[in-house]
Amino acid sequence: MNANSLPAGNARRFLAGFLVFCALAFGAATGALAAEPQRNTPVRIGLTPAFLHDQHGLMEEWRRYLEAKLKRPVVFLQRDSYRETMDLLRLEKLDFAWICDYPFVHLKKQVKLLAVPLYQGRPYYRSYFIVPASNPHTTSILQLKNMVFAYADPYSNTGYLAPRYELFKAGEDPARFFGKTFFTWSHRKVVEAVAFGLANGGAVDSYVWDTLAVVQPDLTAKTRIVSRSPEYGFPPFVAHRSVGDDEFRVFQKVLIGMTTDPAGKALLKRLNLDGFATNDPKLYDSVAQMMRAFGEE
Amino acid sequence: MNRLFDLSFRFKLPLWGSFLIVATALAVSGALMLRAYDDLKEDLLISSKSLGRTLSKSLFRAMLHDDVWRAFELVQAPFHGEAGDNPVQPDGIIVLDRSYRIVVSSRPTVMPMLADFRRFGPEQAALADAIEALQGRDAHTVELPDAGHLYVVVPIADEAALLGALVISHSKSAFVPRFWRTAQSGALIGLLVLAVLLPANWYWGRRMAAPLVKLADHLDGLGQGLPEDLDPGLYAYRDELGRLFQSYRRMVQELREKAQLERRVVQTERLAAVGRLAAGIAHEINNPLGGMLTAIDTLKCHADADPLTLKTIDLIERGLVQVKETVAALLVEARLKSRDLAKQDIEDVRTLVAPASHRKRLKTAWCNDLPDSLPLPATLVRQIFINLLLNAIQAANEDGDVGCLIEFDANELAITVTNDGRLLTTEQMEHLFEPFSPLSESGHGLGLWVTYQIVHQLGGRISAKVKENLMVFEVRLPVGAEA
Repeated sequence: MNANSLPAGNARRFLAGFLVFCALAFGAATGALAAEPQRNTPVRIGLTPAFLHDQHGLMEEWRRYLEAKLKRPVVFLQRDSYRETMDLLRLEKLDFAWICDYPFVHLKKQVKLLAVPLYQGRPYYRSYFIVPASNPHTTSILQLKNMVFAYADPYSNTGYLAPRYELFKAGEDPARFFGKTFFTWSHRKVVEAVAFGLANGGAVDSYVWDTLAVVQPDLTAKTRIVSRSPEYGFPPFVAHRSVGDDEFRVFQKVLIGMTTDPAGKALLKRLNLDGFATNDPKLYDSVAQMMRAFGEE
Repeated sequence: MNRLFDLSFRFKLPLWGSFLIVATALAVSGALMLRAYDDLKEDLLISSKSLGRTLSKSLFRAMLHDDVWRAFELVQAPFHGEAGDNPVQPDGIIVLDRSYRIVVSSRPTVMPMLADFRRFGPEQAALADAIEALQGRDAHTVELPDAGHLYVVVPIADEAALLGALVISHSKSAFVPRFWRTAQSGALIGLLVLAVLLPANWYWGRRMAAPLVKLADHLDGLGQGLPEDLDPGLYAYRDELGRLFQSYRRMVQELREKAQLERRVVQTERLAAVGRLAAGIAHEINNPLGGMLTAIDTLKCHADADPLTLKTIDLIERGLVQVKETVAALLVEARLKSRDLAKQDIEDVRTLVAPASHRKRLKTAWCNDLPDSLPLPATLVRQIFINLLLNAIQAANEDGDVGCLIEFDANELAITVTNDGRLLTTEQMEHLFEPFSPLSESGHGLGLWVTYQIVHQLGGRISAKVKENLMVFEVRLPVGAEA
């Protein structure tokens, strides 16, 4: 028997075997690479209008700070609606994200709670019901029947869910109560819409309004806070469930450790926050309760 | 009004020119300002329409998705960071739906969402009607009568789907300040032009009027006698004014000649009358005088008179002879028969007067251009010549000059005698040829009178004039004519 007389079937089997070997060897090699912590793959962090994400200079400084701390490239992906950031998380295009508490409850199955910012020392915020400063009469959202109302985002708690829940509790149908409602896709723009008189009223994140009152006081001066909602858990930093424990802990540590070095402190001061802390997802149970009232969840 | 037209050209010309310049400047700058206003308005509308078209495309999507905030941001966009006095800047942008309710406006406090646009006032209601009439056609300007705004209306539509209308309003008063700035710079340039043209016009007008005024003044003076000559340098051009000046000069010249002629005629007539009188008297005296002289002569020959009587008779005779000589001098008798004048006659006279000339050491210029013989009475011409020469020698200064020129052309003999002595005044020349001339310092003052009489009887002319500081006497005698 010599090679030349090898039957065709045998030759095919040999070739197939060789290819399988090659494929296995390549797969093992790539698998081994994937197991290593990847120093050069960037950390993808989603940012939403849960805070003043359009302070671009501040964002760039914060990104560089995180890069230095993580010793890895950091990419910020900013989207103007919660929906888009939620989609990016579902599609695993993000490792971490700073989202609103309402989307967090929505995405509970896909994300883990990483850290909760501390605002005025505590992990809570509220919804402010605001009207133009030129209107001194309104004392309750219920007085705005058939008027124009500005919501922030359909996945915002303080800018959508909370005011609707208040109407719901008062026995009104939030879908028909106002003459016209619209979304501005950001809390800052809710303040603008009310300040310009485009809307007769609006619901806004207390953290955003308070921060604006510091960085842009002439804008908030054109609005008046009529009522403040109960406290809700502050919009959290979340990690996608696919993020490894090591990576999770490293980033958690970096965030929480921002209070311990001057650069981190300076950034926190400009973000108008006191720091980050771990917390229990139970913090957001009140949001889940409101969602249940509207038949969501 | 008439008093304005009665003004002197000195004022009327510059005033009229100034009026024209100012009127032209006003008309031109007015037209330019009107043009600037139109351009400004056109620019505004073009820019506004382009803005409207751009906005309407984006607004279509925003309205389709009921994205109120996006629509608001779009209508707000043109108001960010604009200069306050930009005239192209709209003062309001409104988005209306098809039932003319406000979808969004750039000033939500004034024009809130959902409000019925027609309710804001008659201007808005009329605008809604105008938009209705446009039926979704492309960007259009709507200018309502008595409205303080210009509106540009752009449909918010895609193909057949019409969602509403975009209204961009511009306050008409917004471009008034810019218009005034244009007008001010225009006025400034106008003033500069006037500052140059008005003095130039004033100068030109005065210059133009000056010769006219002078001419008028001179013509006014015509009534009071002969006017002076005008300075020829005053107006040296050949236009109508120049011709007027020429005519004036010609007229003055003619007037002067006429006056001279008249004076000469008067003088001639006076001399003729004096001549006739003198001749008449001379004849009347001559007749008895002849008798008396004969009687005296007879008395002297035949009477044995005592010495006293003889002495008296002599005295009477001498007196009578003097009377006779005087009368004879007065009575110029030209009709004496005489031989023709020869060239030698002139030379004889020269020889005759030479001693007198030597006494005063005069330089004599002599020019005798006479042919050998001329049909003129020699005696009379010699007498004329002697008289003139002796007069000249007598009048000439010591060591002075006397000139003598004898010329003959085809039919005239001209004798010109000059001297450098005292010049005669016009007044003296008027009475130069009268008998018993007061100018005569020696003799009886009949020399020139006799000369004049002879020249006239020969049909010639005699004249005295001053030329180049010389006293010139000129005699012209016709040759061959029947004297």
